[in-house]
Amino acid sequence: MAVIAPTLPRVRAFRLGDHVVAWALIAPALLFLVVFTLYPAAATLVQSLYSTPLAHRPSHFIGLAHFRQMIADPTFREVLANNLLYAAGSIPLSVALALAMALLVDARIPGRGFARMAYFTPTVLPLIAAANIWLFFYTPGYGLLDQLLNRLGLPGVNWLGEPATALWAVTMVAIWKQAGFFMIFYLAALQQIPPSLREAAAVEGASRWHSFRRVTLPLLGPTTLFVLVNAVIGAFSLVDSLFVLTQGGPDNASNLLLYYIYQTAFQYWDGGYAAALTVVLVAILALAALAQFLFIGRRTHYR
Amino acid sequence: MTANRLTAIAAWTLAGLWLAPLIFALWAAFHPFAFSTRFDPFAPLTLENFVSAWNAAPFARYFLNTFLVITMTLAAQLVICSLAAYAFARYRFLGRNLFFSLILVQLLIMPNMLIVENYRTTAALGLVNHLLAVGLPYFASAFGVFLLRQTFMSVPKELEEAARIEGAGPIAVLRRVYLPLARPVLIAYGLVSVSFHWNDFLWPLIVTNTTASRVLTVGLQVFSTADQGVNWSVISAAALMTSAPLLLAFLIFQRQFVQSFMRAGIR
Repeated sequence: MAVIAPTLPRVRAFRLGDHVVAWALIAPALLFLVVFTLYPAAATLVQSLYSTPLAHRPSHFIGLAHFRQMIADPTFREVLANNLLYAAGSIPLSVALALAMALLVDARIPGRGFARMAYFTPTVLPLIAAANIWLFFYTPGYGLLDQLLNRLGLPGVNWLGEPATALWAVTMVAIWKQAGFFMIFYLAALQQIPPSLREAAAVEGASRWHSFRRVTLPLLGPTTLFVLVNAVIGAFSLVDSLFVLTQGGPDNASNLLLYYIYQTAFQYWDGGYAAALTVVLVAILALAALAQFLFIGRRTHYR
Repeated sequence: MTANRLTAIAAWTLAGLWLAPLIFALWAAFHPFAFSTRFDPFAPLTLENFVSAWNAAPFARYFLNTFLVITMTLAAQLVICSLAAYAFARYRFLGRNLFFSLILVQLLIMPNMLIVENYRTTAALGLVNHLLAVGLPYFASAFGVFLLRQTFMSVPKELEEAARIEGAGPIAVLRRVYLPLARPVLIAYGLVSVSFHWNDFLWPLIVTNTTASRVLTVGLQVFSTADQGVNWSVISAAALMTSAPLLLAFLIFQRQFVQSFMRAGIR
């Protein structure tokens, strides 16, 4: 036996059989991928150029009419602006909080296991259940936020019913839901920084803040970009809470793109326009991915 | 050590804020409605809200449906993803890079964003209001393929060669060499997948419209909008009930959960 082993080639010879086996192995994955991701993505693009079939008029080619309709659609403009605000509010805040949380529970403090658990809990709570609990906070008059305001002698606010506050109330829930999830990635990254680096900084007399800015933060760069991309995807796909809290209201003041797509497709039954709106959603996410590719490339793969 | 004390106080304050919604929900759920916003430490405890919620909607059926969907989805994902991951990790074949890039597209565009066309496909397959439809679009998970491929690539080739000498085919090699060594990653992937599908709402909402096919999240939404008016105590009880299995599992296996999400994130 010992004689045979060294004579075996390190890489087995190339054979047609290997191609066939490999194709067979990836076939099931490819099948589901094509049917539920690639085909629908392509079909969405095509459908966006066709009219929604009506009883008396079948679907026909209309070119970019849906996209022209979109530019003239005040609801679409409001929804897009809302979604950008939602992203601009939830992304930096949840990422900054995630980093703060990771630093807090990375320090040697009593009860850090408890704190880590508290931050992470919203990640495992279904957003639909959590939103029902938040509704309890926001309800005018009776809700906890208003009770708190009343106790301070301030008038109540109809958080979800006022156009000025509804979107921010929804944004708060998104931040609460996601920060603990992002914290995990920072925690993992912090634990991979060799302690010797921070010790070296300390020996050279660097202050805590200086050592954080010059040593820790640059090493967290790839993690931050990874988290940011996830946060962007979240900002355009986390809409469950709208079903419970505002239904996009009042008067679309808290409506978001994916929720508007849902309404267009399944409440107004305008499939063609919904397809065009989906094209916009996918284009935004593709831009985010492109940004990730340009800025990080392969540097997040630090294993 | 004052800096450390400040850190601790900041950490606890934030933890309190983060847990507050859950604590209030627990308060409302375990006390009579009259006490739902009156925080009297001597308020009587009750399970009445859970009983009312349980009796007001077919939650037993919803639990069963969620359980079936996540079991089916996870089983399919583990099989489909490990087969593909093994091919991408250890075979060189025609179209390898092209196919791998195609799979990675799904990391960005998830099936639950393409709701219009996926609903059309599901309807064409005659699967609307079938539990199968709730899980089907997720069976091939790009994330799973990617994660397992990374793991399989770190398995020493010599182990596979040893098994090949004994006459093992690709499936046997995968089962006897790769999968046992990838166990921690499989568990990590499993926990992430179960949490995701337990929480999933939009896609199940679109493809199911009957009691027999609704999952917990959709059932909770139907229950809390249709029947309850503003009885927070009962709604809180229902919300907690639908989250309880996952929440309890998380509290018991906290370390595994956190490490799994970490492992899944570092790629």
